[in-house]
Amino acid sequence: MIAVVDYGLGNVASFLNMYKRMNIPAKSARVVDDLDGIDRFVLPGVGAFDHAMDLLDDSGMRTALDELALVKKVPVLGVCVGMQMMADDSDEGKRPGLGWVSGRVRGFVTEPEVARLPLPHMGWNDVTPQPSSALFGGLETGARFYFLHSFFFDCASRKNVEAEARYGVDFSCAVRSGNVHGVQFHPEKSHHFGAALLRNFATL
Amino acid sequence: MLRPRIIPCLLVHEGGLVKTIGFKNPKYVGDPINAVKIFNEKEADELVVLDIDATVNGAEPDYEMIAHVAAESRMPLCYGGGVRTAAQAKRISLLGIEKVAISAAALENPNLIADMAAEIGRQSVVVILDIKKRSFGREAEVWTHNATRNTKRPWTEVAREAEALGAGEIVLNSIDRDGAMQGYDLALALQLRETVGVPVTLLGGAGSLDDIRAVIDTCGVVGVAAGSLFVFKGTYRAVLINYPDAATKESLFANLIRTEA
Repeated sequence: MIAVVDYGLGNVASFLNMYKRMNIPAKSARVVDDLDGIDRFVLPGVGAFDHAMDLLDDSGMRTALDELALVKKVPVLGVCVGMQMMADDSDEGKRPGLGWVSGRVRGFVTEPEVARLPLPHMGWNDVTPQPSSALFGGLETGARFYFLHSFFFDCASRKNVEAEARYGVDFSCAVRSGNVHGVQFHPEKSHHFGAALLRNFATL
Repeated sequence: MLRPRIIPCLLVHEGGLVKTIGFKNPKYVGDPINAVKIFNEKEADELVVLDIDATVNGAEPDYEMIAHVAAESRMPLCYGGGVRTAAQAKRISLLGIEKVAISAAALENPNLIADMAAEIGRQSVVVILDIKKRSFGREAEVWTHNATRNTKRPWTEVAREAEALGAGEIVLNSIDRDGAMQGYDLALALQLRETVGVPVTLLGGAGSLDDIRAVIDTCGVVGVAAGSLFVFKGTYRAVLINYPDAATKESLFANLIRTEA
């Protein structure tokens, strides 16, 4: 059973609908008891970093999610700000992140090659995954996803970069540390490309 | 490469999907949910859904309709209509809507743009400006309430102000060209691209895919939205929901891709 963590931010209904269409069992998790018996979870998120961290803390699920991700090592998929929250910290906020994937979230505005382009980075862009990526299985070439963001995940180590996209600069649009995965784009709104990625996540 | 966005714009009136000409004479063209399902199958880049009753009736957004549309959509959605507070925008965002658009409320209360940006993030705040040309080459002005009220404000000034306050996208909608299917105003498109540093989308006038290609060739990576083009077919405006397939869409970007390479 996949849990989609519902801490008051992000597109929980869209993920549940995608999985329902694929006949893959998924449910929302609003309180810690909802996490009992799940074998993987999606952490969605939109909006500001600190606000997202505050809401996750307030949900009462933070400790249980830490344990699932770091001790039980179930597959995790962070999406958009849900991915950014997995970093150590962010240019956008003062609060520390979850620290599940080593790196800092930085603003495109500080990159001269991006600052001259329209921001936020909005629309469909090509994504180039690492050839060995299981999450991107079948999406090795020609995949594109929908992006809507102004901050990006700057991995401390290249080995955590799972996929890259280009907007003025090449940036890591998917990260991975063991069982913990994150994508900056929105697979739940990326048509058959997104469906393929969410299906891959369900079988990791 | 980041692609231009080709965006069907759906108008909702009395629960049905309609299309107007010059913002008038709404013609019933079908059911909104059915249209979303068809655009899912056709893999549209984004959808814009505008409730054209909510603001003029002073009504709350129809959350039930929005939730239904959002649940059905497998593509990013922008919703507009009747949004007056950041709390409403947040509620809509949580229903699974990526972007929330405001128009009249942004003119009446510009601080709403900043409040919404703080609540749902600037990337999700869209300001739609309905504009009407003036004579003697004077700058077009922004109108609200389905083109019944003239704010008398030049659109570039409003667009810059909206960007400064925290809008993440500006949509420029030509009242004069609405439903005319005679092509976009390319000079306006270029001016829009040069006026603000956030993503922009042009709406109003598309009669063919060549009209869309012309905007992309002129402005590069922008959003190009259309109503009539994607709901009517042929001289007699028979209702037929349509959208370019992947290969046709890619051909519209051919000049861009050449430049990139």
